[in-house]
Amino acid sequence: MSKKIVYAIVLLAAVVAPFVGYPVFLMKLLCFGLFACAFNLLIGYAGLLSFGHAAFFGGAGYVSGYVLTTLGLPFELGILLGVLAAALLGLVMGALAIRRQGIYFAMITLALAQMVYFSALRAPFTHGEDGLQGIPRGRLLGTLDLGSDLTLYYVVLAVSAAGFALIVRTIHSPFGQVLSAIKENEPRAISLGYDVDRYKLLAFVLSAALAGLAGALKAVVLGFETLTDVHWTMSGLVILMTLVGGMGTLAGPILGAFLVVALENKLGDLGNFLAGATHVEWFASLGESVGIVTGLIFVACVLLFRRGIVGELAHAYSRRRA
Amino acid sequence: MNITAIALAASAALSLPAQAQVSGDTIKIGMITDLSGVYADVDGNGGAEAVRMAIADMGGAINGKKIEFVVADHQNKPDIAASRAREWFDQQGVDMLIGGTNSGASLAMAKVAREKKKVFIAIGSGTAQLTNEQCSPYTVHYAYDTVALARGTGATMVKQGGKSWYFLTADYAFGQSLEKDTTDVVKANGGSVLGSVRHPLSASDFSSFLLQAQGAKAQVLGLANAGGDFINAVKAANEFGLTKKIKVAGLLVFINDIHTLGLNTTQGLYLTDGWYWDQNDASRAWAKRYFAKMKKQPSMLQAADYSAATNYLNAVKTLGSDDADKVMAQLKKTRINDMFTKNGEIRPDGRMVYDMYLMQVKTPKESKGAWDYYKVVATIPGTQAYTTKAETKCVLWK
Amino acid sequence: MELFGVPLPALLSQLLLGLVNGSFYAMLSLGLAVIFGLLNVINFAHGALYMMGAFAAFIGVTSFGLNYWAMLVLAPLAVGLFGILVERAMLRRLYRLDHLYGLLLTFGITLLLEGLFRSIYGVSGQTLDVPDMLAGATDLGFMILPNYRAWVVAASLAVCLATWFVIEKTSLGATLRAGTENPKLVEAFGVNVPRMVMLTYGFGVALAGLAGVLAAPVINVTPLMGSNLIIVVFAVVVIGGMGSILGAILTGLGLGVIEGLTRVWYPEASEVVVFVVMVIVLLLRPAGLFGKEK
Repeated sequence: MSKKIVYAIVLLAAVVAPFVGYPVFLMKLLCFGLFACAFNLLIGYAGLLSFGHAAFFGGAGYVSGYVLTTLGLPFELGILLGVLAAALLGLVMGALAIRRQGIYFAMITLALAQMVYFSALRAPFTHGEDGLQGIPRGRLLGTLDLGSDLTLYYVVLAVSAAGFALIVRTIHSPFGQVLSAIKENEPRAISLGYDVDRYKLLAFVLSAALAGLAGALKAVVLGFETLTDVHWTMSGLVILMTLVGGMGTLAGPILGAFLVVALENKLGDLGNFLAGATHVEWFASLGESVGIVTGLIFVACVLLFRRGIVGELAHAYSRRRA
Repeated sequence: MNITAIALAASAALSLPAQAQVSGDTIKIGMITDLSGVYADVDGNGGAEAVRMAIADMGGAINGKKIEFVVADHQNKPDIAASRAREWFDQQGVDMLIGGTNSGASLAMAKVAREKKKVFIAIGSGTAQLTNEQCSPYTVHYAYDTVALARGTGATMVKQGGKSWYFLTADYAFGQSLEKDTTDVVKANGGSVLGSVRHPLSASDFSSFLLQAQGAKAQVLGLANAGGDFINAVKAANEFGLTKKIKVAGLLVFINDIHTLGLNTTQGLYLTDGWYWDQNDASRAWAKRYFAKMKKQPSMLQAADYSAATNYLNAVKTLGSDDADKVMAQLKKTRINDMFTKNGEIRPDGRMVYDMYLMQVKTPKESKGAWDYYKVVATIPGTQAYTTKAETKCVLWK
Repeated sequence: MELFGVPLPALLSQLLLGLVNGSFYAMLSLGLAVIFGLLNVINFAHGALYMMGAFAAFIGVTSFGLNYWAMLVLAPLAVGLFGILVERAMLRRLYRLDHLYGLLLTFGITLLLEGLFRSIYGVSGQTLDVPDMLAGATDLGFMILPNYRAWVVAASLAVCLATWFVIEKTSLGATLRAGTENPKLVEAFGVNVPRMVMLTYGFGVALAGLAGVLAAPVINVTPLMGSNLIIVVFAVVVIGGMGSILGAILTGLGLGVIEGLTRVWYPEASEVVVFVVMVIVLLLRPAGLFGKEK
């Protein structure tokens, strides 16, 4: 009963949000939320730490950006091609990385992502450091003009909600159960006769595709795509989002993404606000310290809040009930 | 799942402070430049200060409407510049955006300004694309561009006997534009280009790039970079003994670079500049005020920041409105006559055309003190320095 | 004279320069290998600590008027001390967990350190002058080599060999290696294992700090200098075999040279070649070139 009310509240908030806040910022939140959820599918439910997810996020953004700008394809096709590109990349990277475990797996994903980064740096169509600019929004299905921030917001909301729903369905499906089993105890899963590598690869590709969806959407929303999205610090950022929110929880990564993105964008505003309110001039320079604050949160989470915000809350709630 | 609801509400609340009123009662100028990186010295905070001086000289208000100013650091990342510009236009009611250094960032900001129909004055960046292939009815390109630099320094070096060239290029819009424009000039003057090597922006070590240049055995090493990159490239060239075998051509050099490297290293260097603090009484007077605040002499960019802001505000004052289309029309029909230049005009393609100078760095003996670094070798009329109507690909100027 | 279509001077000069870069890789990956081999911690903060060493040298020379040689000793000590603090206060709590948490913690520390230095110094570079004794250059015929770069190669090789010797050939090293394989047993012998671990971490990061001091006069000292390097160093350590000291040294030097050679024929690829090598090695020899499967 209460779950339905919660869903209703969330839906209402999401529908009303663009009238209260800045639509472009909200869309950015949604895209990163989807990205973090896609990453969480891999780490939280399959137990695989990928240090190269930026390759899918930025790679899809570049592919979509290119086909929308230079080839003039319609919006849906552009996004679809981006997702397919990410899935393909995920297949290749996954096939190479799955053979190893733990830290070696992470290192291979990192190395392969670096190769994607350098391809993005060198390929003429990405314009290297200058980035791919002027990505058009076009029309949805040839009819709905996406130029208005409001219209685009609802489209992005619908797509990311669909992506999130897909993740939820996957986790609760038999496939998801096997993944949990593999994460829990791989040798046992193998002894039960499951082709462990195939499951891991499938999870990897799915995670990559959804990360690509997030990246492609973001490219259209902001109208550009730059190297920042394929750099390894972006891979680190999505790990942070998932860690802060709670690995292995459903809503955790979304919250983590919202917090981290809000932090990056609004720390300066918060600092100015605090400086004005308290007349302490030092607060005004807070905007420059995004890296420090992010680092502090990272360290605090690893040391103290390993389950992340949602994880810790869920743990505390279940302990109280027990 | 409760948490998600709270998270969404929190995020909505977090985005609230950014919702400022749209300007109608203030004239808001925004400036996005490199405040902390390789180009921080030649524009950066000094440039922001110059704009503040312009606003103060206007009395801080026009016809009772307050003039506001916001500055941001794009860290040489076009995505930060474009996002910030979009947010400022949408949420903060910025009427005019000044683009600082970094051509990639400026191209991105010009696109946003065009979409939002707001005035964009590119001052720090060099790529001539801003008024050529990517010209826009809302872009003004002030101070200098890569074509003028090529036609100044490039032509001079070729005429002096530097026939074969090799480029060390910063691998982004500015370096690529500068290399292309200088290559055109070198070839037009009977020279040849043996090759080029690209380096990333703010490269940490130039040794391997310079060794590649050394292998080519050209007469001139064209440095298609600026600021910190230029300084480091020159230092490394000295360290590896390259300067004894090859002539170094600094294609974009600012007075701050000479100050850092010293006259011993840079004496005799040719450079194209649009403004020098010691060029006439008006420039000296303004430079003195700037020096009092910043303790260094201003570069061409910082002087241009002041001049552009002043001319914009004057246009707004004359029209009594900050409507972008009206202001652009006004700017394009007003002559610019101030401490920056005596005969500047803004063409239909957005290019501000004025006389440039070919300078040479003085020897330590010729210099009478700190910041006395240049002597004027020649004046290049604006019509010769910049892209002509016959050459342009800009649709606004046909 | 040409070799494969490339003039010999060009080839030799890039090779030599590659060797210089390789010495940095060797020293940094040595520190990483020591820490991983003996502590099982993947020290992502290695790049940031290298940066700290460079900045310590810069601050020492410009603000305190000390000379380069003093900083060559003091900066690694300062960085090592900082490392000891980090180990004691934070890293120690994560040993019983999956060693990926150590990676994440040190990643967070990297962000912290870089953010801190960035807020003080911005991202533009500071420069440190080459000490007088090492200034000047030698004309080798095919290129002019600044003397300082030759010193870098010599110093790193000396430090790397000394470290390898201590760990592999002395009884102190034997105790260290025993301590990681079976801490309980070594403790039973009366050795204070936690203290040994702490000092080892301090030593590993001191190596990074030393690399920073060596780098300061040639490379732009910026807060981001470490993050540009750390990924490559990781690749080096993985290729060499994550716990192998000798593997780290040899692979570091070797990859520096390979990078230099790539620059001669295909300059753009020099940035990726390390990663391509890493993928190939990991697919063929999963534990790295010199590593042992654990």
